[in-house]
Amino acid sequence: MQISNIEQIPGQRVTRHLGLVQGNTVRAKHVGKDILASVKNIFGGELTAYTELLTEARREAVERMVAHAEGIGANAVVNVRFSTSSVTAGAAELFAYGTAVVVEPLET
Amino acid sequence: MIELGVFVVLLGCGYFFGRAAENRHFASIRRREEELRDVLVFNGRELPPEAVGGGMLVTGSVVISVDYFKRVLAGLRGIFGGRITSYESLLERARREALLRMKDEAARLGAGCVVNARVETSSISQGRGDSIGSVEVLAFGTAVGLSSVAGAATDAAAGGA
Repeated sequence: MQISNIEQIPGQRVTRHLGLVQGNTVRAKHVGKDILASVKNIFGGELTAYTELLTEARREAVERMVAHAEGIGANAVVNVRFSTSSVTAGAAELFAYGTAVVVEPLET
Repeated sequence: MIELGVFVVLLGCGYFFGRAAENRHFASIRRREEELRDVLVFNGRELPPEAVGGGMLVTGSVVISVDYFKRVLAGLRGIFGGRITSYESLLERARREALLRMKDEAARLGAGCVVNARVETSSISQGRGDSIGSVEVLAFGTAVGLSSVAGAATDAAAGGA
């Protein structure tokens, strides 16, 4: 499965468009990590626990999007966008969406 | 009196540790930017003419927090107005770090450049009072192999397949 955030896959030709595919996940912060983060808030610096949480969550969202694309017979997703929204305090929704397409290599 | 003591200790911790951490971080950012100089990043969506191989989405994200001293400083700035330099450096660090992580992922795939790079910033401590405190920066783009980097192109195509 090839994924890109431009309208095409480099070196490939889009033969069919299959419409929008999406994947999302809602993650809450861990209380223990929250306490650690508030300590980190005094000293400043990277909040590694949150970075990992969000990276992991984003991968999950992309995987769900890819699963959706595979389900409708696509072999690539183009024009992928990410969006993050906070649903309630302490929880974030990560959302990935794009256009599922069928591509084939360009004859050169 | 105790409260004042706690406040001063927090302020001191923020000032000394925060400053040391920031200087260290900037040094590491500069070093890695130098190392990853040959991965080109474009924010346009056109492919460079020497592009070969498949594309692959690459991302880099970081959550970073400002120290206590700077937060107090920013609070004071909020009264008098003007540039909040402490938040400027926070956002600069976060953005450069996120872009570096994205480039790093592209380099690991063997890609020579990243096209259509986008940077998004969001505050993750919303709903917790008025503090900006910590920000998340996400950078993402499409990694593409370049024919000028021989051998790497096939890796990128394999990674994308």
